[in-house]
Amino acid sequence: MLVSRAWLEESLRRALPLDEMSDRFAMLGAPVEAVEPLFGGLGDVVVGQVNEIRAHPNADRLSLCVVDDGGAAPHQVVCGASNVEAGKKYPFVRVGSVLPGDLTIEKRKIRGETSHGMLCSARELGLGEDHEGIMELRTQHPPGTPLLDVLPLADDRIEIEVNPNRPDLLGHKGVARELAAAFAVPFRLPAIPGSKGPPGLTFRREGSEATIDGVRVAIEDPQGCARFLAVVLRGVTVGPSPEWLQHRITAIGMRPVNNIVDATNYVMAELGQPMHPYDLAKLNGPAVVARRAHPGERVVTLDGKERHLSAEMTVIADQGGAIGIAGVMGGGASEVSAETSDVFLECAWFDPVRIRRTRKALGMSSEASYRFERGVDLHASPDAVRRCLELMATTAGGDVTEAPIDLWPSPSHPPRIFLRHARVTQVLGVELPWRDIEQYLVAIGATVVSKPDDGRLAVDVPGWRPDLKSEIDLIEEVARLHGYDTFPGDLRPFRLGTVPDAPEEIAATHVRNGLTALGLYEVVSLPMGSGEDPDAVPVTNPLSQESAFLRRRLLPGLIGHVEANWAAGVRDIRLFEIGTVFAMGEAGSPPAEARHVAGVVSGGRHPAHWSAGAGQPLWGVWDLKGLFERAVALALPSATVQVDGTTWIARIEGDRVVGHAERLFADAPPWAAPVLGFELLLDPSPRAVPRFKALPATPASTRDLALVIPHGVSVERVREVIAGAGGALLESASILSEYRGADLPDGTRSVAFHLTLRSSTRTLRDAEVDKTVDTIRQTLKRELGIELRGGGADHE
Amino acid sequence: MSDTRVMTKSTGYPVLDATLPRLARIAALDAEALEAEQVALLGRKQGILTQALRSLASQPLEERKRFGAAVNRLKDEFQRAIEARRRALEAAERRHKTAVDDPTMPARHRWVGAVHPVTKVIDDITEIFRALGFTRAVGPEAETEWYNFGALNFPPDHPAMDMQDTFYLDVGTTAEADPGSAVLLRTHTSPVQIRTMMAHPPPIRSIMPGMVYRQDTFDASHAPAFSQIEGLAVDEGISFVDLKATLLHFAHEFFSPTTRVRFRPSFFPFTEPSAEMDIGCLLCGGTGCAACKGSGWMEILGCGMVHPVVLENCDIDAERFTGYAFGMGPHRIAMLRYGIPDIRLLFGGDMRILAQFGPEA
Repeated sequence: MLVSRAWLEESLRRALPLDEMSDRFAMLGAPVEAVEPLFGGLGDVVVGQVNEIRAHPNADRLSLCVVDDGGAAPHQVVCGASNVEAGKKYPFVRVGSVLPGDLTIEKRKIRGETSHGMLCSARELGLGEDHEGIMELRTQHPPGTPLLDVLPLADDRIEIEVNPNRPDLLGHKGVARELAAAFAVPFRLPAIPGSKGPPGLTFRREGSEATIDGVRVAIEDPQGCARFLAVVLRGVTVGPSPEWLQHRITAIGMRPVNNIVDATNYVMAELGQPMHPYDLAKLNGPAVVARRAHPGERVVTLDGKERHLSAEMTVIADQGGAIGIAGVMGGGASEVSAETSDVFLECAWFDPVRIRRTRKALGMSSEASYRFERGVDLHASPDAVRRCLELMATTAGGDVTEAPIDLWPSPSHPPRIFLRHARVTQVLGVELPWRDIEQYLVAIGATVVSKPDDGRLAVDVPGWRPDLKSEIDLIEEVARLHGYDTFPGDLRPFRLGTVPDAPEEIAATHVRNGLTALGLYEVVSLPMGSGEDPDAVPVTNPLSQESAFLRRRLLPGLIGHVEANWAAGVRDIRLFEIGTVFAMGEAGSPPAEARHVAGVVSGGRHPAHWSAGAGQPLWGVWDLKGLFERAVALALPSATVQVDGTTWIARIEGDRVVGHAERLFADAPPWAAPVLGFELLLDPSPRAVPRFKALPATPASTRDLALVIPHGVSVERVREVIAGAGGALLESASILSEYRGADLPDGTRSVAFHLTLRSSTRTLRDAEVDKTVDTIRQTLKRELGIELRGGGADHE
Repeated sequence: MSDTRVMTKSTGYPVLDATLPRLARIAALDAEALEAEQVALLGRKQGILTQALRSLASQPLEERKRFGAAVNRLKDEFQRAIEARRRALEAAERRHKTAVDDPTMPARHRWVGAVHPVTKVIDDITEIFRALGFTRAVGPEAETEWYNFGALNFPPDHPAMDMQDTFYLDVGTTAEADPGSAVLLRTHTSPVQIRTMMAHPPPIRSIMPGMVYRQDTFDASHAPAFSQIEGLAVDEGISFVDLKATLLHFAHEFFSPTTRVRFRPSFFPFTEPSAEMDIGCLLCGGTGCAACKGSGWMEILGCGMVHPVVLENCDIDAERFTGYAFGMGPHRIAMLRYGIPDIRLLFGGDMRILAQFGPEA
């Protein structure tokens, strides 16, 4: 909402310094978004008095003016306008001064005569379209006085952010009312210059149909149009509005059109009531009817566009068809023009939901629809008509020959709300005196009906506050006017809640800490993608085709980050993400959601260091397997890591695959290292608490075995056999090395195992250890055909 | 350092005193000379002091005792001095063996990782509220219209809906589509408030972190998805004062104990009275700059007393129980806190940026 500071100052009859006003607006709930000084570029313009006019010796159309600007000596100025007269005052710009549009005035020779400055037209000052002649100043101010002190132009265009529940702040009157309540001062509407006073009109209250001045007016869609006021003004002179009105209209960012249209715009900006003037001569019938549009009906709106209407929309129609979209935009056919002499003025109340749906369906919005959508004061329409007629009578003349009509099929009152003192205290936490509460409610225009004998106030809310519907709404008003900052802010005792801490969050923190300890950085990706997976969930209204689906997996996003790093020349990459993934659920129901953990690494396994020479080891598949095992232990401890072809998967009970690790394929530059990644489900169930295990009290015995393992036998299988044969004494069997060479039988490899044997109760004798190792050897040979390398026992 | 305790103290026997200068010199001997000196003085056969003791045999008993004691004291002195010198030489030898040629060469590091700056912000916020008794609650990111709007007192077809441009999901339709059953991406974490209140009786004291979605073009200050953290407290006797006190405490803990804080009226369909909390601009400190649009204040969070209609929608007696709720955006707070100019950077994976917020920084 754009407001004019000067307009508000005139309503409040006090100066409103910007700083003070910004603070007040913020604390009232309508913060200032921007301030734009108006006519600030005219600061250099002063009053100049023309003392003498001489003919230009070398040009018939030019004259030489001697201008007094209050300085020591007068200036000679070359002037081309014919309307300049000696003794009169005009806007003057000295040499070296700047005009709007960064136009610097310089000393110039014109046809041999030097011009020291410039006398200005209204157009040159941005004060109007008139560039025919120099703008005469009828002022008592002496030459040299700044122009802005002479003309009441100084103003600021202030943009305030109005919450959607406050339609009353969409007019200067409502804004002034709020400021008046905050400053505890009275306010009034500004006087209309030249007005003979508001017209003494009585309205003719009718049902849903009546005739005025021969025009049939009807509400045929009472759901869309609750109230319709109309008046005819005959014999108007359509022309430009007076300067003060044009300035007001310009100040709030609108364009002056003519005195009739400007009057309705002025009233809308002041009272928040949109109105519409029609050229009576252009109305068919003549009739003006608010009805639902016929399916397929069309109308050309004021912006010149043809609009296709539906039966869900309300239109204003005459005998010949729709002439405007009710509350959204009028039509061009019945527009007021310079030839108009009789005006039919509409002041109606349209249903907010109807307006909102209509303008959304048509993809358009207007100052009028913005206000109707938020709720115009249903009870203030007669005041708006009076104000508008006063303006039109002053600026365009004309007569009202017949009392205005007021079609209101189902009249209503604003609601009465009961406010309990105890409830105010319960919600606000502070006991406010009744007197203050009453005072606040009166300040916003409510009528406090009964005295609080029973601990309640009966409050009749004003029509301009459709947001006040229940007791809690009044409590907010009390708090707001009392001032949020005046409430204390001391922590008071509280009870703990019944909601347990979310296990999902506990688990996520656990995984996050574990993965960062492994050297990975967390990323947060946008959860949308292009949807390669068949069960990805489509977004109905996506921003782009690349983000038309919800992500099914995290890894594609991480690969994107890897590629972006490569594009920036970064080779060493270690990333992980914990995030939600989505898959189609039951038809019509929200999708299935799960939290996943994924990670990628590429590049050096350690930071490069000079001590390692040129060769920096890269992340390899065994690192991937390690990362995956760690990630599974962190994120899904109940799962087991298994081999799946040449990659690894994580499985939980019921054989469900819940994660995998693999070498990834990406759009890689030639220098890039392999990309390795994993993704798995995050299990929210509580993690087991580790149990202390006593350290062994007896010494261990160790034996190393170099085994020749035939092709097709996995180390995992070998270890199973070793574990089975080793029995209770075998504590562990770790792998020292793997060897493949020509000296081994074809298709075999040698793997060296390091066996640790221990009894928890006694020190093992060598003979016992040898016996166990021998059993292991024999079992390996029997079950897997595995021999010792070199055939002998290499025990120490 | 040489041991000077014996230097000035004569033994009373010139033959012994003659060795005292050698005692003083031990601290300067190298390893080889030290071994030689030990043999020369204390050697089992040729050692000067050993021989001195041997020469006692012919002396009277009293004299033997006195001279013997003096020799033994002197032997102890020599032994201590030789042992000290030997340890010093060994330490110097060890130092020499492990010394690097050029200690200014770069160190060897290991990779480190870090949580995302936005996670760090969420963790810091969480920690403050956990100390005030709040637990964490989470809920689905895809919701029905009812949970996201209806239950939260959004009137249908109201301009309040324009505040939150919504992504809808194409999940197919069922035979009878109820009003409010359309599936969307939640525009705030407030549906978690509804689910929490429906699942647990008061008192409720929880915060709700999570991703939310708005149909906003991805630019420097908007993202179609971003994080939010909301809070909810419902109990008997909870008032606007508790709301203010809790959030004031939060602001002072999270930003600084001297941070200026103000509450000003606002509008949310699900709270009443509603407020925005501003803090003194982090950049200009309140004098007014481009970041705060010259106001000196920065909007940090929205809050208010839970609307009675919302409580009733969750089957909570709104006459008996009152509550407050608040919500803030960790992405935006991270931008303010770390001076990140473009929200898109927080959705990227550039190692050079992520490392700025980790232990490598």
